[in-house]
Amino acid sequence: MNQQIRQLGVAMLVLFVLLFARLNWVQVFDAEQLTADPLNTRRVVRDFGQRRGNIVTADGVVIAESVESGGRFDRERLYPDGPLYSHVTGYFSFEFGATGIERSYNDELAGHSATQRFESFFDFFGDGDISADVTLTLDSELQRAAANALGNRRGSVVALDPQTGAVLAFYSWPTFDPNTISTTDLDAARVSKDALDNADGEPLLTSAHRQVFPPGSTFKVITAASGLENGVVTTTAPVFPEVVSYQLPLTEVSLQNFEGSLCGGNLAQSLARSCNTTFAELGAEYLGPAPLVATAERFGFNDAPPFDIPLTANSRFPDDYGIQLGQSEQTPPAPIVEGSALLAQASIGQFDVRATPLQMALVAAGIANSGDIMQPHVVDRVTDSNDGELLARVEAQLWRQAVVPEVAAATEAMMVGVVETGSAQSLARNNLTVGAKTGTAEIDTFSGAEDTHAWVIAFAGPSGGEPEFALAVIVEAVPGQGQQTGGAVAGPIAASLIDTHFG
Amino acid sequence: MKSFFVGRHRRNSELVLIILSGVVTTAAYVLAAVGRLSSIPANVLPFLIVVLGLFFAAHVATRFLAPEADGLLLPLAGLLNGLGYVFIARLNDDLAAQQAVWTFLGVALYCATLLVVRRSRDLEQFRYILLLIGLGLLVLPLMPVIGQTINGSRIWVSIGPVNFQPGEFAKLALAIFFASYLVDKRELFRAGTWRVGPLRLPEPKHAAPVLLAWGVSLLVMISQKDLGTSLLFFMLFLIMLWVSTERLAYLLAGMVLFMGGAYVAWTQFSHVQTRVSSWLNPWEDPLGGGYQVIEAQFGLASGGITGTGPGRGYPQRVPAAETDFIFATIGEELGLLGATALLMAFVLMIGSGLRAALGARRPFSKLLATGLTGLLGVQAFIIIAGVTRVLPLTGVTLPFVSYGGSSLLANYAILAIIVRISDEQTNRPADAPTPGRRRPRVAAGTS
Repeated sequence: MNQQIRQLGVAMLVLFVLLFARLNWVQVFDAEQLTADPLNTRRVVRDFGQRRGNIVTADGVVIAESVESGGRFDRERLYPDGPLYSHVTGYFSFEFGATGIERSYNDELAGHSATQRFESFFDFFGDGDISADVTLTLDSELQRAAANALGNRRGSVVALDPQTGAVLAFYSWPTFDPNTISTTDLDAARVSKDALDNADGEPLLTSAHRQVFPPGSTFKVITAASGLENGVVTTTAPVFPEVVSYQLPLTEVSLQNFEGSLCGGNLAQSLARSCNTTFAELGAEYLGPAPLVATAERFGFNDAPPFDIPLTANSRFPDDYGIQLGQSEQTPPAPIVEGSALLAQASIGQFDVRATPLQMALVAAGIANSGDIMQPHVVDRVTDSNDGELLARVEAQLWRQAVVPEVAAATEAMMVGVVETGSAQSLARNNLTVGAKTGTAEIDTFSGAEDTHAWVIAFAGPSGGEPEFALAVIVEAVPGQGQQTGGAVAGPIAASLIDTHFG
Repeated sequence: MKSFFVGRHRRNSELVLIILSGVVTTAAYVLAAVGRLSSIPANVLPFLIVVLGLFFAAHVATRFLAPEADGLLLPLAGLLNGLGYVFIARLNDDLAAQQAVWTFLGVALYCATLLVVRRSRDLEQFRYILLLIGLGLLVLPLMPVIGQTINGSRIWVSIGPVNFQPGEFAKLALAIFFASYLVDKRELFRAGTWRVGPLRLPEPKHAAPVLLAWGVSLLVMISQKDLGTSLLFFMLFLIMLWVSTERLAYLLAGMVLFMGGAYVAWTQFSHVQTRVSSWLNPWEDPLGGGYQVIEAQFGLASGGITGTGPGRGYPQRVPAAETDFIFATIGEELGLLGATALLMAFVLMIGSGLRAALGARRPFSKLLATGLTGLLGVQAFIIIAGVTRVLPLTGVTLPFVSYGGSSLLANYAILAIIVRISDEQTNRPADAPTPGRRRPRVAAGTS
């Protein structure tokens, strides 16, 4: 038997040498490929537990930080004021990835950007921490004011500096607590993600820039600017008739003024009083499809602004109104097309016009900045987490020239008139020049449902100076709750932000 | 007197090796705690004392009860058990506490086995009782009420708060039966008086009991869906048949039989198909059948040559990281170097066991030592090969390393019997000394 036992010994040795050879293959020769395998989440796990820079507001409030945790991962992402900033920071989840700034600035926060890697290469004596902090343009006081003013009403507040595009407040409700998805307790994270996905009002789908709404009367600013830009009207001529309703071209249907009131006058007066009849007629019979579509697109419609919070939705202005059937009787005449009735409704921000609150804030900002719309951005700079060295700064950049400066100035003056004598008088402030436009947008023009979105777009600046603050506020329609007007519902929110900013 | 000096020499080197493996275990324990929590655990000293004390007790028992046994076996088991504990503790504190208790019981069982089994040949007379016990243990999990299915295999028995896998002990009982029966009948098996075509086979009536025992145990385990243990039994039987008859034909015929059986199992059983396809191409079902194997490969790859360091990897991503896949954990955190050390520990253990078999005088002891050593070696090979994708995965524990009370206890009993056989070899008539005579010699020697 001894011979067999020795042979068995040799056979076992061979088997274990085979295992040793295989280990060499897996752990050394094939290791790189296995590590690069897309299914290999070990790197993600490591990143998830790694140091990650802070996200800080412009006034130094830390709104996202990584703290050491004793669990499965080395660190855990915490959002000290989670729900207030969740639509900006986003979440940083092991299973669901990252959103918001956590996503768009992931490389910088984690230390993976080219600059950071290059620096760490020469940093022989460092502790290997190459993460960076991201400082936002958001002002914590303004953000809190927006949240307090909106309260538990569905809606959004977007405020920015019209001269730079720096976003100063960016808040939507319903909101969510990113801590619940970013937690290292993955089961709990899964449960909250699931609950949020099915929650009322889609809290994860930031309404400020990922959802679109009919802009209603706030769109009249664009129609007015288009009229001026195309030279078909001035602020004083023609004088539109004082009427209750306007019969839509080629139809028997009439478009009513708000609450069936008499409304009319020149362009400035009509804007101040928000006459539907004036702007429907201006769009359908003075401008026609092509010029209005062109102006709307120069303001950013049918596109989405470049924005550092990912996934901004396109705002829409319908651009197909069918073939031309004749000419209007105005001077100069505009083409009457198959869809002129729809164009009339689009001119007052109804029909299929849809805009994100961010887009409407950019309309106000463009008017306030001589017609130039700056790229909106919520990040100001990226700095080294250790020594505060500046790694990158976001510069102000032009996005669109919406209208020529003269038209912008005239429109600006008309919007100031809306505050002085029109539907936004609650925004008037001593020592400030405030311009605004309210909107009360029907969620469905034809169903006769009374529920409306309440809008305000506005800008403000020191009296006689350049406007330095622009904003859009929407309080969304609540089904069954009936009409809520822009001036009464959204106006106080805008007033609160203006007071906080200049206070 | 010569043998006594040999014995003392072996015991002293055993003691040195035990201290060494205790220190290695404690060092790994500290590193794992530092890697995981960035702090040195408060209980380092108690830990070291307990580890050393435990194996020192086993050493003293060996010194008195098996003074001339090979000095490598116990330290190797201690090292494997200790490293296993460190990585179980690094993965799961609760399981570690249980494993500590099992280790105590295991060492106690080791000592008790040495105490009770004073001569390996004593086991021979219990052959049919052990056969009955072995088969009884195998069918126990199939019993209603006490039988439990865990992770798809019905191999558990739960009585009150205690869960155990009787199959682990059945291995030992059946190995003793095989050894005894095959040694008895080996002439008949070797002669092969029954001619079937070109083959010469043993008379059916002689082969019947052993084939029956083997067949029943295989059937039971297949019905329990415990592929690993079935494979292990098959190999155990085959090795013992081959070694006892000295006929390679049996080994080859057995291999052919195995291939055929494996093919049939593959065509018939979906769980076998799953295992095979997740071995050949785990990437076809990366989140299902292939998940565990893929994650184990990722873990091993991330370990590289030197490993991530104890406590610094992510071995918990591999399901069953504390039990069947503990080798992946060790490979990830200790790297190729640590994994190779583990392989070498097993090779040394197999070498020592087979050396005991070579030295044994009685054929029964020789065959039993071969069988038990083969059991440990094949079991280690099967699970490491499964984890590294050399073979399809069949779930068995890694002897001494994996978490699991039944497995640890059974392995310590196996170790004790190998140590006992190893003790009997040296220049001493296997049946001459009685337990009563031996003890004073040892006592005199140590004073």
